[in-house]
Amino acid sequence: MVASQAMTAGAIASNFDTARPTVSKHLQILTECELLEQTQNGREIYYHINAKKMKEVADFIEPFRQMWDDKFNKLETIMKKYKSKK
Amino acid sequence: MERKTKINAEDGKQELMITREFDLPLELLFKAYVESDIVEQWMGTKVLKLENKRHGSYQFETTDPQGNRYGFNGVIHEFSPNQKITRTFEMENTHFGVQLEFLEFEKLTDDTSKLNMHVIYESVAHRDQVLKLPFAQGINMAHNRLQDIVSKLAYR
Repeated sequence: MVASQAMTAGAIASNFDTARPTVSKHLQILTECELLEQTQNGREIYYHINAKKMKEVADFIEPFRQMWDDKFNKLETIMKKYKSKK
Repeated sequence: MERKTKINAEDGKQELMITREFDLPLELLFKAYVESDIVEQWMGTKVLKLENKRHGSYQFETTDPQGNRYGFNGVIHEFSPNQKITRTFEMENTHFGVQLEFLEFEKLTDDTSKLNMHVIYESVAHRDQVLKLPFAQGINMAHNRLQDIVSKLAYR
C-alpha cells in the first residue's frame, strides 16, 4: 500500500480489521526500524516506504557473504602472522 | 570499504561462486587449506581427519556454545598443490544434502592471490536453503532479542 503512495495512519488503518491503536503501534515499530519514513504535512503525518532499507532487509544473501568474509578475514590474519614468524 | 568476498548466485541455478582476493602469497593461502591446525583456527572447527590426496577424505566437528556437536565431512576427488582442490561437502544430520566444491587457487602477484570457490548443489531448492541459513539464523537471533525486550517491558 505505502509503496505506491504516502498514506496517513488513519488511511492505513481503514484497510485492516485491527484496532486503530494496534495499527499505530505497528507503524511506530516499522518507523523505528527505518522501514517506514514519516513526513509532516500540516497536521497530518504521512507514512511512506524507505526503499533503500527494504532492499537491505530483502538481500538475504548478505549474511551468507558476511559469514564467508569473516572466515576469510580470519584466514588472512592467521597466515600473515604465520608468515612473519618464519 | 571494498567488499573483498564476492558471491555470485544467479536466480534459478543450483550453483554459486564465491571469490576472494587475499593479501597473501599463493603458497600461504593454499597452506591454510592443508594444515589441520590452521584449518581449525580460521574455520572455527575441530579437524578429526584431513587427508590431502586424491581419494582422501576429511571430517570436521564443531561444538556450539551450548555444547551441541555438528559434524561435517567430505571426500577429496582431486588435489593439485597450489592449484586446485575438488571435493564434496556434507553437513551431517541435516537435509541440506551433499555439495560439490571446486576450489581454484590463483597467483595474482608475489604477495597476493585469489580463491575461486565454485559450489554445485543437488537442486536449486538445496542451494537456496544453504544461502538462507545465515540469514535465518540472524532473523532468529533478532527475534529472540525482540522477545527478551518485550518480555522485560511486560514486567515493568
